[in-house]
Amino acid sequence: MYGKGLLKGLSVTLSRFFYTYWDDLVWFWRRITKGKRRYYSPEGIAHRSSKEARGIFTVQYPEEKLPVPEEFRYLPFLVYDEGLDGTKEIRCTSCGICAKVCPPQCIWIVRSTDPATGRPRPQPAEFYIDADICMNCGLCAEFCPFDAIKMDHDYEMASYTRTLLNLDRLLKPASYYASIRPLNAAREEEARKAKLASKAAKAEAKAA
Amino acid sequence: MNPKDINLPGYEIPEELKHVIAITALDRLYNWGRRSSVWPLMFGLACCAIEMIATQAARYDLARFGMEVMRPTPRQADLMIVAGTVTKKMVPAIVRLYNQMPEPKYVLAMGACASSGGPFKEGYNVVAGIDKFLPVDVYVPGCPPTPQALINGLILLQKKIDKESIKQVRWYRKGPDSVAIPIPVLGPDLIDTRRIPDIKAHTLSSTSKTDDQS
Amino acid sequence: MIAPDSTTTIDLVARFPSVVTPDTRPGYSGWIVDPAHLTEVATAIRNEFSYDLLSSVTGVDYYPDKMEVVYHAYRTTGGPALVFKVQIPRHNPVVPSVTPIWKGAELQEREAWDLLGIRFEGHPDLRRIFMWEGFAGHPLRKDWKEPFYEEDVKPFKSRWPEGKHLPAEMRTPLQDNLFFPPGFDPEAFSFQDPDQAAYEALRRQHRPTDEDGIQTDVIIINMGPQHPSTHGVFRAAVMLDGETIIGLKPIVGYLHRNHEKIGERNTFLQNMPYTDRLDYFNSMSNNFGYALAVEKLMGIPVAERAEYIRVIMAELSRIQNHLVWFGMMLNDLGAMYTPALYAFEERELILDIFEATAGSRMMCNYFRFGGVARDVSEDTLRKIHDLVHDRLPRKIDEMDRLLTENEVLVSRLKGIGYLSAEDAIRTSMTGPMLRASGVPYDIRRADPYSIYDRFEFDVACHPEGDMYARYQVRMDEVRESIKIIKQALKQIPQGPIMSVKPSYQIKVPPGEAYGRVEAPKGELGFYIVSNGQPNPWRYHVRAPSLINLTSLEMMCIGEKIADFVAILGAVDIVLGELDR
Repeated sequence: MYGKGLLKGLSVTLSRFFYTYWDDLVWFWRRITKGKRRYYSPEGIAHRSSKEARGIFTVQYPEEKLPVPEEFRYLPFLVYDEGLDGTKEIRCTSCGICAKVCPPQCIWIVRSTDPATGRPRPQPAEFYIDADICMNCGLCAEFCPFDAIKMDHDYEMASYTRTLLNLDRLLKPASYYASIRPLNAAREEEARKAKLASKAAKAEAKAA
Repeated sequence: MNPKDINLPGYEIPEELKHVIAITALDRLYNWGRRSSVWPLMFGLACCAIEMIATQAARYDLARFGMEVMRPTPRQADLMIVAGTVTKKMVPAIVRLYNQMPEPKYVLAMGACASSGGPFKEGYNVVAGIDKFLPVDVYVPGCPPTPQALINGLILLQKKIDKESIKQVRWYRKGPDSVAIPIPVLGPDLIDTRRIPDIKAHTLSSTSKTDDQS
Repeated sequence: MIAPDSTTTIDLVARFPSVVTPDTRPGYSGWIVDPAHLTEVATAIRNEFSYDLLSSVTGVDYYPDKMEVVYHAYRTTGGPALVFKVQIPRHNPVVPSVTPIWKGAELQEREAWDLLGIRFEGHPDLRRIFMWEGFAGHPLRKDWKEPFYEEDVKPFKSRWPEGKHLPAEMRTPLQDNLFFPPGFDPEAFSFQDPDQAAYEALRRQHRPTDEDGIQTDVIIINMGPQHPSTHGVFRAAVMLDGETIIGLKPIVGYLHRNHEKIGERNTFLQNMPYTDRLDYFNSMSNNFGYALAVEKLMGIPVAERAEYIRVIMAELSRIQNHLVWFGMMLNDLGAMYTPALYAFEERELILDIFEATAGSRMMCNYFRFGGVARDVSEDTLRKIHDLVHDRLPRKIDEMDRLLTENEVLVSRLKGIGYLSAEDAIRTSMTGPMLRASGVPYDIRRADPYSIYDRFEFDVACHPEGDMYARYQVRMDEVRESIKIIKQALKQIPQGPIMSVKPSYQIKVPPGEAYGRVEAPKGELGFYIVSNGQPNPWRYHVRAPSLINLTSLEMMCIGEKIADFVAILGAVDIVLGELDR
């Protein structure tokens, strides 16, 4: 029958239309019985990005935000450890590996020198990342041997001017890093501790 | 429109009239109308365009901002989302499109490439940022910006629109602001006609001879 | 997996004793053909040895002495490549064109002319392709330097340890990415439309006919570069007689972002994220092809678990690509939004998986030489499992119900844009386009790479050669991909994800390699020449989107202008890969 295909297709759109409201009813029931809300709640967002999602699929940014996975990468940032007296201990030693591995070469580092001796110090004096060249590839974070440069989750970076990130804007505390990438941070912390322990053991062995 | 958005602060409205009367400024009403119906030009250049389409699609749904009406013609568009790498070969067409857009018009540079050339900046056919030609209102960094990042940029654009005043907007005034941008010409390289004196001074001077070009 | 040596299958030297010599440079393979006899040898390769599919044609600039043109030909029945080369002096690079033998060389030869300045004698329409007529120089030549040139090789010394931020603009005399030849006077410059050459090429081919003494005129209209149906910045000059297309020239290069020139400056690893931006729908497939080529050069194996992850990711990206294709194709036909919105929902779910494993929705940068960047978590594997066992089959069936039998769709697609099997092979079509013309050629089967020989799947193939067949092939392919992922999920072992220690300093021995994969759009090939340095000497991408356009004119002639949009949509081009 001519037109059968059309009707079949329309039945799909109709069922989609129907399920939008059906799903609303289901969630209404859930709200009454379990107190779970469809919108503006983590379980609602999780439902809308699961395999069960049907009907309304929209995440209402900016009121609700789709959670980004741990591995998500946007622009890089520099990690510092908070010292006991509130000092910032920058992990970066300005070894330059990130600047070397960066594919579009958007990282500029000035190594600092000791004013007394004039010898280079393992700390960056200036650090620039041109956010308008950065391709968010994450190679800098991947190959940094000191876990000093990491990829940020913050994507709300729009501005009225071009964005050049300097040391001030790049530095973020290690606690922030641990909050956005808990698994990675824990793993790296463990590796660092193990390394320190083995170093100490070696030094002890030497002393003995 | 939300009553607390429309009412100007500082004017007391009697309680019984609160749901029928609003006191506002013309600017607010005007900007509210414009910010809620920014129609983008259906115009994509590269990778970012796909994220722009994803922003249009079901999960991020630009219709919530009144921006779902992507116009294929510049004559009906308010916003040009420069989504992708701007090449020298393409830039005459982009400038032409921009000139054809009626005022008020806005430009959003989406992604690293449109902002400054991005990872392809060093390429010989790449324009180092659309702001060399067009006045850019909002820059969204990222390569590509995720849909949420783009929406964030669009919200920033709305904030910019909110700050404009009907008394001062350039499209109701005569003056140099409404002059069309001259369309660049493809010669041995891209010739921006506004910069002809610079180019001439450079190529006809002795310094350019020392370049080691083949 | 390293392909068997490509030259062992036939002996060209025995057939052409004084004309062909084997290429004996270490790390190289194939035959070197005397340029004067190229046409003769190429004809024999095609007709006698039945290498009917010319995959890739590209030039290499062996600065300072010679240039080389490299050809990769395949049999559509399967098997490894036949590589042959022509060497020519650098000051006068002229090669006979092979376009009359394999029409598929047409656009690739134009590319080599544009970027390397190699002239192909006998080419029907040798014009610049990516740059405009009148552009100064041939950019891929090793002695040509762009305005923002800083150093030959990355990393640049200005970045560390004295890396004061200095935008590239500040280093150049014109404060911009511009170079003009000395003595050029912009005021005396008279602008000539660079597109006139294309229009003339059209007019040369088609003279208006006077039927019954009625003088009919033809018109040329331009579609693009800003046109909602051209999927970006593609442009076609279409010659029309009334509403009927009688000639068509694709005009491309509006997104030519110098991938190869930048790629020759990057180190091997730095090229990986750049490949993401070729076919930006399928960064996983692009990574795959590039990783294969470099691994072939390095001669390293791939970790077992990583092989499975690679296959899963590549197939997921194929599903996602075809889903978007359904949506966009219907968009082109006028069914705005609904199918596209449905398709994008599923795509988002697949992108979530990419985001969770690779870190980015589109630009995955996930493959490394010898494995992948990071492991897939059990949680993600379960999500993939849910998708391929439950959600995707359901949604594909829904898509099928929505579209396949729709009378409007069928009448728009059936019998339109016909391409015969012979023509498809002659024009080097690959991927779904070739399979929709009835040639069951799928690299995953014909010349298996990675671990595709372990999976059971059918090569989707429809013999009709029209747009409906192209639609059906893609529908079938999605289902086959789901099948492959299901098997891969069952077999995936535990273990390391890298066969070598991850490092940013990669040693690649001198030589050449051609790695190719069955990307969703066709055969994606990477031709890489290494001279032992940290960066490739030559880095060429065989882009299926570009080469699949060779037959566009053939498919369009005689059809209505309204169908051009659909025919172009059915080719499935993506501009990032087409223009590079």
